[in-house]
Amino acid sequence: MNSAVKPSDKAAPDFGRALKDGVIIAIIAFALLGPLVGLKTDQNMANELILQNHLGLAAILSAVVGVGRFLLSAFVYPRIAARGNRSKAAATLAELEARARVTRGLSITGLIFLFVYPILIISLFGVQGSIKWVDNYGVQILIYVMLGWGLNIVIGLAGLLDLGYVAFYAVGAYSYALLAINFHLSFWVLLPVAGILAAFWGIILGFPVLRLRGDYLAIVTLAFGEIIRLVLINWKDFSGGSAGISSIPKVTMFGIYSFDVSAPNNFAKVFHLAASSAYYKVFLYYLILLLALLTAFITIRLRRLPIGRAWEALREDEVACRSLGINTTNTKLTAFAIGAMFGGFAGSFFAARQGFVSPESFIFMESAVIVAIVVLGGMGSMIGVALAAVAMVGGTELLRELDFLQVVFGKGFNPDQYRMLIFGLAMVGIMVWKPRGFVSARQPTAFLFKRKTVSGDLVKEGHG
Amino acid sequence: MLPLGATAGGLNFMEVFVQQVINGITIGSLYGLIAIGYTMVFGIIGMVNFAHGDVFMVSAFFALIFLLLLTSWFGIASMTLALILVMVVSMVLTGLLVWAIERIAYAPLRGSFRLAPLISAIGMSIVLSNFIQVAQGPRNKPIPPVTRDVYTLWEGANGYPVNLSLKQIIIWVVTALLLAAFWYVVQKTALGRAQRACEQDRKMASLLGVNVDRTISLTFVIGAALAAVAGTLFLMYYGVVVFSDGFTPGVKAFTAAVLGGIGSLPGAVLGGLLIGLIETLWGQYVSADYQNVAAFSILVVVLIFMPQGLLGRPEVEKV
Repeated sequence: MNSAVKPSDKAAPDFGRALKDGVIIAIIAFALLGPLVGLKTDQNMANELILQNHLGLAAILSAVVGVGRFLLSAFVYPRIAARGNRSKAAATLAELEARARVTRGLSITGLIFLFVYPILIISLFGVQGSIKWVDNYGVQILIYVMLGWGLNIVIGLAGLLDLGYVAFYAVGAYSYALLAINFHLSFWVLLPVAGILAAFWGIILGFPVLRLRGDYLAIVTLAFGEIIRLVLINWKDFSGGSAGISSIPKVTMFGIYSFDVSAPNNFAKVFHLAASSAYYKVFLYYLILLLALLTAFITIRLRRLPIGRAWEALREDEVACRSLGINTTNTKLTAFAIGAMFGGFAGSFFAARQGFVSPESFIFMESAVIVAIVVLGGMGSMIGVALAAVAMVGGTELLRELDFLQVVFGKGFNPDQYRMLIFGLAMVGIMVWKPRGFVSARQPTAFLFKRKTVSGDLVKEGHG
Repeated sequence: MLPLGATAGGLNFMEVFVQQVINGITIGSLYGLIAIGYTMVFGIIGMVNFAHGDVFMVSAFFALIFLLLLTSWFGIASMTLALILVMVVSMVLTGLLVWAIERIAYAPLRGSFRLAPLISAIGMSIVLSNFIQVAQGPRNKPIPPVTRDVYTLWEGANGYPVNLSLKQIIIWVVTALLLAAFWYVVQKTALGRAQRACEQDRKMASLLGVNVDRTISLTFVIGAALAAVAGTLFLMYYGVVVFSDGFTPGVKAFTAAVLGGIGSLPGAVLGGLLIGLIETLWGQYVSADYQNVAAFSILVVVLIFMPQGLLGRPEVEKV
């Protein structure tokens, strides 16, 4: 049935093969999509499950898959093969230097852009219209940039795969929420407290598990992340259970101006501006920007300290490290704790920004998203992580804007529900296409005579 | 996983305990079936197939859809026949799905750096659960009970019954038959020999003419087929499935594989049964709220204190 859609008139020999590929793939796709898409289970009025027939849609999708495969086989694969055996790993030094220069230029322009972004947005969309762009895009992406940079210390530098990073994010968020509500402490006091508590939890959780290697470490950290979330759900006296904690105090501008509408020193009132939540959003934007840059700055400095060198050495070869007298447990623990600390900072910021925390915000999927950002960015590369956060979080956020697609796909089409699906596909796609991430050039901090750039392929990923 | 028959009481200690053991073995069989998929894949390419739990969930959806198709569209009245057909179809389709996933997402990453396949598998897991959510809707999918037959083994004080349902018997029998068939495949057939050879030394196996790529693909497919059996039985037992059902059973089955010693097939089954038992007994005697915490804690404790598991080989660190 799907062969009808194929351009079957082309009879060149290699097209024949591609055509066969396409037809086979289309048939396989139909076998899988037929039931899953074509027969949608739905409840009728009597609450019984019935099947709705969408087989036409499944057939169209399968045909699309088949045609896609045909095009790949006919045009893309031959071209890749024709490009020859020039190995991806063997990029020349000049190329790498050029790439590194682009990266450096990009980070400086990016930095300037980040600082003027809210001003730009306000001048474009007005004060009230800026909220969405500053909050949903700016703040949201920067939180993930910060989390990515924090986790980058653990995964990118020390080479420990941590799938439970969201636990420390949760510790930070709940520390701020609980301490601010019960003890009426200010955000500026609690920010370091949240960081210290998260680091403390990093040490507690890290101590027993850091003997483990690679995948095992990943799974144990995943289990710890889930345990913390489940405890937050079930220990209702402490955390409010799955209902969460609401009306968490807002951040004040160092105690001088408040953003509470009722407060006498409300920012808008003092400056005789029209009441709007946009000022708070802009303030939050600069706050998270500074926090993220702090993370980046500390990471860059740490890389040049003995401890940072030890992390990277550990990632390259643990046995060699041990034989050189590096205390691997302590080295791993510091990486874990410092990474956790930044997670805690981000968490307390998150709680203050949302005004509400619940265990729902700290599901495994969040950890997976952060890990994806770090790995897709090219582990260890700061600018790569930032780019990945923009692409993955901002890109999926953009889907919310695609309401015009309702014209094409009919009313009730909600692009937002495809957000995570596309995220997952992007994760797989980027891994297959570029296993080393977006930015795969590295500049080692320790060098002989002259700083050189190396390919990311030369960097190991550590044993855990 | 709710504790079934959770009327605790000191009076009927023996009855409650036996009932929970029956329930635990039933759930444990399902975990064991899923755990084999993890352990085989880890054994042969050293990768934690993170998407396996979601493959299990998709297989339950295949079963659900074909059960509805057979009963409502084709009007097959015999539940036994329908179940057998559904199970076979689900096994075939899930195997096909995993074959496709392996070709698309894992095979290109063979020989790449070690985290690459894991990240790809996490991505696949997100894709599968969200695909089902989009394609089949986010709500629970309940089916009418396949069978209501319950056999009372004996009654304790106050008439507290110890029950064994037909569903549980079906799960035990099917699991046992499947494991026997699987054991035969691994031990006696050419495919099983190739598999064990690849597990021991992939390079040597390929030198001796084993098609390593094909063997790895088939390993994935066999694991998926067993997960599909678990998925069908899960649907029959609980009578409901939802798109997010893959994660928790997936992690628990992985725990089972680790507990039994990853790479060891009897270990996976043993681990599954143990996890099922620990989970139900914990839910009965300690705290139903913290049932999942218990399962995750076992994972942590086992990995920290005996990473080689019960029946596994200790890992030798090579320089």
